[in-house]
Amino acid sequence: MAVTRTEKLPVHVASDVVRVRQVVRAWAVQIGLNLVDQTKIVTAASELARNTVIYGGGGTVELESITNGSRRGLRLTFLDYGPGIADIDRALTDGFTTGTGLGLGLGGARRLSNEFEIRSQPGAGTTVRITRWT
Amino acid sequence: MSPDRKSRIAEFLGRHEKELVRAWIDRQLASVATRRDLISEGDLREQSSQFLRHLRDAAIAGGSDDLAGSQWDALRELLGEISQSRARLGFTPTETAMFVFSLKEPLFTLLRQELGSDPSALAEEAWNATALLDRLGLYTTDLYQRGRDQIIVRQQQEMMELSTPVVQLWEGVLGLPLIGTLDSARTQIVMESLLQRIVDTGARIAIIDITGVPTVDTLVAQHLLKTVAAARLMGADCIISGIRPQIAQTVVHLGLDLTTVVTKATLADAFAVALQRVGLSVVRSAALR
Amino acid sequence: MDRIPILKMGPMLLVSIQVDMHDELAMSLQDDLTDRIVGDRARGVLIDISSLEVVDSFIGRMLGNIAAMAKVLDAETVVVGMRPAVAITLVELGMSLSGVRTALNVERAMEMLQMATADGRATSVEGPDGRHPD
Repeated sequence: MAVTRTEKLPVHVASDVVRVRQVVRAWAVQIGLNLVDQTKIVTAASELARNTVIYGGGGTVELESITNGSRRGLRLTFLDYGPGIADIDRALTDGFTTGTGLGLGLGGARRLSNEFEIRSQPGAGTTVRITRWT
Repeated sequence: MSPDRKSRIAEFLGRHEKELVRAWIDRQLASVATRRDLISEGDLREQSSQFLRHLRDAAIAGGSDDLAGSQWDALRELLGEISQSRARLGFTPTETAMFVFSLKEPLFTLLRQELGSDPSALAEEAWNATALLDRLGLYTTDLYQRGRDQIIVRQQQEMMELSTPVVQLWEGVLGLPLIGTLDSARTQIVMESLLQRIVDTGARIAIIDITGVPTVDTLVAQHLLKTVAAARLMGADCIISGIRPQIAQTVVHLGLDLTTVVTKATLADAFAVALQRVGLSVVRSAALR
Repeated sequence: MDRIPILKMGPMLLVSIQVDMHDELAMSLQDDLTDRIVGDRARGVLIDISSLEVVDSFIGRMLGNIAAMAKVLDAETVVVGMRPAVAITLVELGMSLSGVRTALNVERAMEMLQMATADGRATSVEGPDGRHPD
């Protein structure tokens, strides 16, 4: 697997979330994802970017254009040094109906991606990585 | 070609195998057609050594050289593997054929060394060698073509199964008759095009008829349900019709929740419901008898 | 900060979301609409999202909130023009938007709203500041 292009964006305020959506869309188009897949990864990015701003106290997102044989993919890594998540499994369970803070964000981002990884330690921040392949 | 001519090549190949392999590989490494970006030197070495070994064995066995005989089996099989793996890696058929043709130069050099003093023998051996390598090179091209033909046939089959057009049954009512076995990827494509047609025609109701679908597995059922949900989010309703008893059983077995979806046994029933929903009714006209 | 314009047409309020909204803009829209429903005694709200390429859980929730608040204020809401890729993504995300009525186009939406509101006649078209065009 090879990384052919990378870029890092700040994710600190609400307007950054909009910018992340726009940049991820441009990358998704460039990599050749179809419209539905573009929409999925942009939406997942929006969820994760918002989480980074609201729950992570701000952070960064790294975009990577990757290849695996003839397949191309877009990989996003959201990183913050915020309070971290104590119970990841619970966080991944949709909290929408009960109104808990994390809502559909994490679970939704996972459902919208081909690959999903999360690492988080209370007090040591959170890293979420998602990938969408062509 | 007389048998003793054939065995002469075998003799040369046997005596000078190592240096021939080396010379051939050097020749390949110097050529762009070898595609160093797609194949490693190790693999190249392996393929080249095996090729010469099988060529020598076939030459020793003698007999006709039209590649059909059993003495050519091993070599043909090797070329088959090489051709397939290279095609998959992205080699053009010419580049793969060049693998064989590039053997000519080092082989002729060898023949000149051995038969330099006998011009007519040299001419004959050179001719035989070139004819043989031509045939072997063209054989790889043949294989490539056959592989492509297989892909085309398979795609044609898939297209026939995929071509289930969305039909406008009436103003505001679309029908999607699904036919054949559905797999996850095709179901997704068909469903996306249904949603697009709903937008294009402004249809209020879409009838998805699965009379022609023998079995439905969990994945396909989930796609169907997701499509119904997506259509509803957009402002259109879906009716699923043509559910066979076997499929009904599968649905219950898999514990799928179809309570939010309107289902009808036949397309006709579904159409009647659809007309009702859009505020239309069919009236028998009293006139012409 | 810009706000999304809200047009009044008789007893209806019309909103067309043409920009990629950041969260604060979405919240302002929610507030503005609620104020206008009360202020203009609106009976129907039409929200056109045909320009939106992405609807994430935040915007989805906003739409649900608007519909719920409008209902409490005795007004019907119809969301118009959701794109297929957006609909597919929302389903994958897990949002059902069950309290929100939707229509494929404005014509159908107006039919639905006119059926739901007692007086379907449009009396005038007013600009965002409430004044009649002279």
